[in-house]
Amino acid sequence: MSYGFEHVTVTYGDHDAVHAVSLRIDPGAVTALVGGDGAGKTTLLRAFAGRVEPSSGRVHRPPLHRVGVLTADPPGYGDLTVAQNLRFVARVRGLSPHRADERADALLAATGLAGARDRLADRLSGGMRRKLGIVLATLHEPEILLLDEPTTGVDPVSRTDLWRLMAGAAGAGTAVVFATTYIDEAERCTQVLALDRGRVLAGGDPERIMEPLRGQVYQASAPGPAGRTWRRGAGWRVWMPVGVPDGAAAVEPDLEDAVVIAMLRRDAAPRHTAEVG
Amino acid sequence: MMLLRVMAASRRFGAHTAVDRVDVTVDRGEVVGLLGANGAGKTTLVKLILGLLAPTSGAIELLGGPPSRTARTRVGYLPQGLGIYEDLTVAQQLAFTARVHGYRASPAAIAGDDGQPIASLPLGVRRQTAFAAATGHDPDLLLLDEPTSGVDPLGRARLWDRVRDHAQLGRGVLVSTHYMSEAAQCDRLVILSQGRVVASGGLHEIIAGRRTVAVATDDWQRAFTVLDAAALQVALAGRRLRVIAAHPRTVASTLAAAGVAAQTTEVPATLEEVFVELARQRAA
Repeated sequence: MSYGFEHVTVTYGDHDAVHAVSLRIDPGAVTALVGGDGAGKTTLLRAFAGRVEPSSGRVHRPPLHRVGVLTADPPGYGDLTVAQNLRFVARVRGLSPHRADERADALLAATGLAGARDRLADRLSGGMRRKLGIVLATLHEPEILLLDEPTTGVDPVSRTDLWRLMAGAAGAGTAVVFATTYIDEAERCTQVLALDRGRVLAGGDPERIMEPLRGQVYQASAPGPAGRTWRRGAGWRVWMPVGVPDGAAAVEPDLEDAVVIAMLRRDAAPRHTAEVG
Repeated sequence: MMLLRVMAASRRFGAHTAVDRVDVTVDRGEVVGLLGANGAGKTTLVKLILGLLAPTSGAIELLGGPPSRTARTRVGYLPQGLGIYEDLTVAQQLAFTARVHGYRASPAAIAGDDGQPIASLPLGVRRQTAFAAATGHDPDLLLLDEPTSGVDPLGRARLWDRVRDHAQLGRGVLVSTHYMSEAAQCDRLVILSQGRVVASGGLHEIIAGRRTVAVATDDWQRAFTVLDAAALQVALAGRRLRVIAAHPRTVASTLAAAGVAAQTTEVPATLEEVFVELARQRAA
């Protein structure tokens, strides 16, 4: 059974936080909602979690008790220990004590939190607290796991651990949907939805998004034509669908290139003038 | 003259060594990336560089001398929390910064500034403002802490454009980041783990010769579960998997024993994979 959105728009006041977004979410898929501040990632997750009503369009999701959610707030209760947080969530979710212990043991072992059972959640490092959040959100083996920027501000080592937990949940059949500002992280997902100002810039299998740009992206030591160039490292990227820029070398486009090109294309649409580089 | 020279600097807090015999240099025109897990010592190192803490041993030379108050006036520092007053407008903030540093504020031209208090502006605009405030006095050395966190890719490219322009004027930049794709854009990298430099040099030097095992399979979910259960360091990469710090034959035999059909090949490691492996080795 697959879930997702059909032309979902969420309006706050006179402003569409999310505009006509469609997305199909299959069991075992890992989907990244990627974008900067104000892209609409959180709103989309809230709509999926039933916390905000779309003003139009349809949301298909399992019953709420089959959904796991990790918001951007510090997860769990800070004045409870790790073990107390787990017991509380297990009771709320109606897990049998036996099943709750089994799940908690397995998840804590996988996260390296086993040694911190008696520590207050408030006393965990940022990365450990996020891991606890994923454990709490997946304790009841939800069909869908929604995570709002689980890896933001988390260092690369802890990020790898969080990433492993998410892939592990997907490996067990859960559909994982998470928001991120890290494009390289989104590139590793089975599916990605790149958002900007509430609208979809690009979506689908990352490989398929990058594929059509092969042979069109160059790294140059000087900026290319306006609206087709942006800074990358000590040099510039140039996007040239036809022809080859002077003194430039073709590069294998990555998802970051693809998203920047989508933004440039959008900005080049009539009402706007591209201004880049 | 090097803009910054950190020479075997250590800083202890009681029994804890936060920074342990660290060497870092920043030359004119250079953008140097500082990478480290939380608790690796980055914040302490920055405080040593700014002279806000004194090293327990070793030495720091900032702009040719000790990190004095005078030297600090030629440094620009952009903290992660931006360090600007969010109830001021962009123009008020930049005028204030100019008064503090004693220069004439040039009229602010921050794209997206609508004259409202900074708090109400999009994050990308707030970051541009903080960057302008940190660089308005044309500092010789610029220290940036996660300068583009939360900014969309085009906004990030614009901020990096400013960083690079600054370096091209013969200034130096030391930038800490958690974005691996951004770290890869620096001229040189210094990787810190638990207070020590575990790798430094150009990106290609750091990742040279390091390998990862790539796994291609029709059933990544099962392959992932099997490799994870075998305590291998496995990560998802699209519909393929990557396993770090493992021998390809171990990966292949683990999958074969579980009856998972897969092809394993050794491929060059990414910066992130090298970083994680170095940090884990140091922790062990």
